[in-house]
Amino acid sequence: MTSLLAAGPATRRRRVSTRVWRGLTYLSLILLMAPAAWLLINVVAKAWTHWQWSVLWTQLTPTGGGLRDQILGTFILMLGVFIIAGTIGVFAGIHLAEFARPRQFSGRVSGPLRTASDVLAGFPSIVLGYVGYVALVVGLGWKLSLLPALIILSIMVIPYIAKNTETSLRQVPTGYREGAEALGMSAGYGLRKVVLKSALPGIMTGLLLALAIACGETAPLIYTAGFSNTLPHSLTGSQFPYLTYMVFTGYNSPETQYHYLAYDAALILVVIVMLLLVLSRIVVSRTQRHSESSRSTGGGGLRARMRARAQKNEPLLGITGAPPR
Amino acid sequence: MTAVGGVAGSVPATPHAESVGKPPLPKRVADFARRNEERGWRSVAWVAVILPLAALVFAITVLAVKASPVIGHNGWYFLYGRTWTYGNQGYGGGPGAEFGAWAIIWGTIASSVIAIVIALPLSIGAAFALTERMPTWISRPLGFTIEILAGIPSVVIGLWGILAFAPWLAKNVYPHIASVMPDVPVFRYFRSPTGSGEGLLSAGIVLALMIVPIITSTTRDLFTQVPPLPKEGASALGMTDWEVANKVTLPWVRSGIIGATVLGLGRALGETIAIAMIGGAALRIPSTIYLPFTTIAATILTQLDGQLANPQGVATLAELALVLAVISVAVNLVARLIVNRTGRVGAPVGGA
Repeated sequence: MTSLLAAGPATRRRRVSTRVWRGLTYLSLILLMAPAAWLLINVVAKAWTHWQWSVLWTQLTPTGGGLRDQILGTFILMLGVFIIAGTIGVFAGIHLAEFARPRQFSGRVSGPLRTASDVLAGFPSIVLGYVGYVALVVGLGWKLSLLPALIILSIMVIPYIAKNTETSLRQVPTGYREGAEALGMSAGYGLRKVVLKSALPGIMTGLLLALAIACGETAPLIYTAGFSNTLPHSLTGSQFPYLTYMVFTGYNSPETQYHYLAYDAALILVVIVMLLLVLSRIVVSRTQRHSESSRSTGGGGLRARMRARAQKNEPLLGITGAPPR
Repeated sequence: MTAVGGVAGSVPATPHAESVGKPPLPKRVADFARRNEERGWRSVAWVAVILPLAALVFAITVLAVKASPVIGHNGWYFLYGRTWTYGNQGYGGGPGAEFGAWAIIWGTIASSVIAIVIALPLSIGAAFALTERMPTWISRPLGFTIEILAGIPSVVIGLWGILAFAPWLAKNVYPHIASVMPDVPVFRYFRSPTGSGEGLLSAGIVLALMIVPIITSTTRDLFTQVPPLPKEGASALGMTDWEVANKVTLPWVRSGIIGATVLGLGRALGETIAIAMIGGAALRIPSTIYLPFTTIAATILTQLDGQLANPQGVATLAELALVLAVISVAVNLVARLIVNRTGRVGAPVGGA
């Protein structure tokens, strides 16, 4: 059979092209994975060779010490962003998904707002940091401190949270809304008890990802939070410590101890991000178990598709099922 | 219909109200809350959705106001000039200051273009490998690794880039590329000197690594949304894998990929820390692709500190920030136009 098909040059060309294509897809996956693995291993290995657990609970000093206040500072920033950006972002997402008119009817109402949100998501973080410096740090006289940093970070991640909230609200089946209405729930009550409740895991995922972004940011913080060795006691007026700055400046500091601290800070950041991602994964897997339409992600081979369809009692080729019109 | 008689108001409005009288306060509050709950949601959500727009307008206004004193002074030279000096009084500024930002703008665009050129094919290939060619038990952990890569702070990538990756590239990769490049116009740019690793190509590759997860994860999700029937049909007609990918799957999700690419481009244009660490911070157009350069974002980061006492310097950096903001907003809007024109993800089969 093969020899029969291999007769023409066109066939040979097609066979070669598909081989090349397959090879290229695998090659690109390898080219992607190798640096990622190298990066992770490099950070872990470099940090581990000089790792001391006391880094977690001693203060930073001009010659070394630990990163206690930087870690706490990063967590405080994350908490603040969770509260400020979480509230605003989730409500903005609710507006975009529930109250803004659907695009096919009129682009006018939701158009500019959604565009603004998207544009803000792509807005360079250093520019926001500069604006924060000019307007909040100098303009309002807050000095380099926690509050301007929180505000700028929140503005940065609000679009991500809003987008995620919007998407997960849209994925709530229409039947849920109709059911709530049919049971006589008021629109607001139905939104709170039915729609938001079933979208909650998706919204939480967005919040966790936003936290991952927030804890890894450096550029907008340098000119809003500044940096200090110890945690201040006020929202404004005194500079604020966080981990990423330690990585940025530690590696080429004249102090050898700071080189180690830079890698320690990098490792702690990577661990925080990984924990957040794993947490969001857990949330997602719980949603998929509860949601109506658990579409299979990844693994799109024919056999996997057949299996998925068999589970859903769908015919493979979709010929039967719906009555012919 | 007329009133039957009696004094107006003595007749209770409903029998229910007659029997109970005025409901107790908590119930009235609850009733009020229930009646107005949706209004409450609506108004709070409206305020929240206005905020991003307000923040955007505020940011651009602040930049414009801050830059206004020097925009006239710098003129169009700012966009094409090649000399960037804070004047003959050194870093503090003074007479003789000249701000031609072309090298900086060029570096921004060049590094982003390099990143996209590397990242786009890699992402599409990897997404195909993940969705079409692998069983779930392999593609799941690999997909998760890509998500981790997306979440790794850029400063950590920068640390690895400047201390491990860029030196390795300069030692083991660049000399080999440089030695095979012919001495003709475009390829001349790839010839030696290859430098120490701090420079345009290293920064572009690291940027690519940072935006690949964005494009790959979006593309992978799009691929899984392509309905199987057209793909199966194409296979049944005898198309090879490559033909199915090229003629069915990719056209189906093209606008989504464009959107993801632009998202990545936006991140590349605005990336600051990694470029500041790996780019080499040279205020000129590098003579080969391997040599130090700078971008708008990195310049703002590294120079603002020294200019805080110099109003002209701060204003000029505001103008630079404004240019970056305009570029990134323009890229975003153009992408929306493209996506709107080419339409959304292809027609759903069997209901949305």
